[in-house]
Amino acid sequence: MRYVIVGSSHAAVGCVEAIRERDPQGEIVLFSKEGHRPYSRPLISYYLQGKTDRERMLLRGGDFFERMNVRAHLGCAVAAIDAAGHYVLDETGEKTPYDKLLIATGSVPFVPPMEGLEKVQNKQGFLTLDDALELEGRLNPQSRVLIIGAGLIGMKCAEGIAHRVQQVDVVEMAPRVLPAVLDTEAAALVQARMEKENIRFHLGTSAERFDAAEALLKNGEKIPFDLLVLAVGVRPNTALLEQAGAAVQRGVQVDEGMRTTLKDVYAAGDVALSHDSTDDDKEKVLAILPNAYLQGRVAGLNMAGGQDRLPEVFPMNAGGFFDLHMISAGSTRGEEIRVEQETGLKKLYVRDDKLVGFLMLGDVERAGIYTALIRDKTPLHSIDFALIAKAPQLMAFSGQERARKLGGKAI
Amino acid sequence: MKRIYVEEKWCLACRLCEYNCAFANSGKDDMVKALKGAKIHPRIRVEQAGGISFAVSCRHCRDPLCQRACISGALSLKDGQVHIDENKCVGCYTCIMVCPYGAIMPSEKGAVQKCDLCMQNHNGEPACVAGCPNRAIVYEEREDEPCAM
Repeated sequence: MRYVIVGSSHAAVGCVEAIRERDPQGEIVLFSKEGHRPYSRPLISYYLQGKTDRERMLLRGGDFFERMNVRAHLGCAVAAIDAAGHYVLDETGEKTPYDKLLIATGSVPFVPPMEGLEKVQNKQGFLTLDDALELEGRLNPQSRVLIIGAGLIGMKCAEGIAHRVQQVDVVEMAPRVLPAVLDTEAAALVQARMEKENIRFHLGTSAERFDAAEALLKNGEKIPFDLLVLAVGVRPNTALLEQAGAAVQRGVQVDEGMRTTLKDVYAAGDVALSHDSTDDDKEKVLAILPNAYLQGRVAGLNMAGGQDRLPEVFPMNAGGFFDLHMISAGSTRGEEIRVEQETGLKKLYVRDDKLVGFLMLGDVERAGIYTALIRDKTPLHSIDFALIAKAPQLMAFSGQERARKLGGKAI
Repeated sequence: MKRIYVEEKWCLACRLCEYNCAFANSGKDDMVKALKGAKIHPRIRVEQAGGISFAVSCRHCRDPLCQRACISGALSLKDGQVHIDENKCVGCYTCIMVCPYGAIMPSEKGAVQKCDLCMQNHNGEPACVAGCPNRAIVYEEREDEPCAM
């Protein structure tokens, strides 16, 4: 059996680990256009902040491929898939046949056309380790950095470099920061926290045009800069699968076992579509990390002969800015229950006797108990909801349920 | 694999487990010096309401969502036990977001902390278990393994 994996981030690592649980012998060949051993992409901002380093960023240590007996072609992109012939063609022209193939090519930055962008010399994205190293090489304490986009990527970039440069400006078309993750109230708190670190925001506007070292915004402001970071958004990197004839609608269509519409071809991570269990199972690109690993794992188990299914999936984000922590999950479509907190903010969203979403800012302790209520679709009448709304706790469950959770007693 | 199990009917809510945990992981050899006057940060926490109380610590799930979701690779599985490498953890709290037991918590150091069954300190066996006066916390093998999903 020969497994071929394209990509080397979380989904690929999950796939390798899962294959090796079931098949210690099969041959695994991995291609990655990045020249690095598997590292954590979301850690690139922590790297710039000095909270980690290149060694510690390695997801499974430096000897992962050796331990897992993977033949890795790093810095070697795959150019095409021949689904009928069951082989991939890499950029050197080499053909590698597969029995089972995983495509875990993630996302690519999306850069909308912007007038004058070609005049800007020092511009880049912020998605990969190479992006972070490039940015690090360019910045100095006098740098003025302009970031386009206040999504997670742009905001994390701002946090990562705030103390290394003179000035950070962030432009966002939406009227608030982190528009996909936070509501207006929470976004204002995060923005205020970031502003204390000398990060300036220009919201509800966008770049009208660029000159070599200045942006003119639609609201009339002019922002001089030395470095430009484009963090407008990402889209699934589906090119290979599209060319090979797989069903693609923004993301790649997969079944519960991560199979694409092509025989023996699987997809996992940001490239694949998911069904949001908190939004009527609508098909979406849920480009979130826990999802990537779990999808990679399910793909790997199935590539090695299993019949595994992906568990319930829904949006979720954990993170924070300058020690202001935030965790959110699920949907905000439902009755909003605002829970007064000593500090920070907490909102729960309830629909049809289920918790469908929550947002916590500041005090996020034990948030996973809420996440589990969403995943398990626990009927709220079966628990002490008033108690659990106050603070996440197991006390809110029945004695029988607690005995199962903590006492190892089957129900 | 041996795990920590809790019998709430025997729990007195004395919170000795919390103190023993904080002491075992303090790196100090004198309990008074380690804990007197200090705010403790135990990895096991007692929940109490009305006449009911019980301790909660990492279940070491056989399908640990925390380890699978960890963005930095700081959480790992060794012989079925879930371990945290505080040196790799950047404190993003993704594990706190996914642990259904609420058993992973922020620490003073910025990284998260969790029960490691006293494998990293020199206690030899879980301090909460050894110090529980009423055997409300036990460390043994049982058929039903805790799971995260």
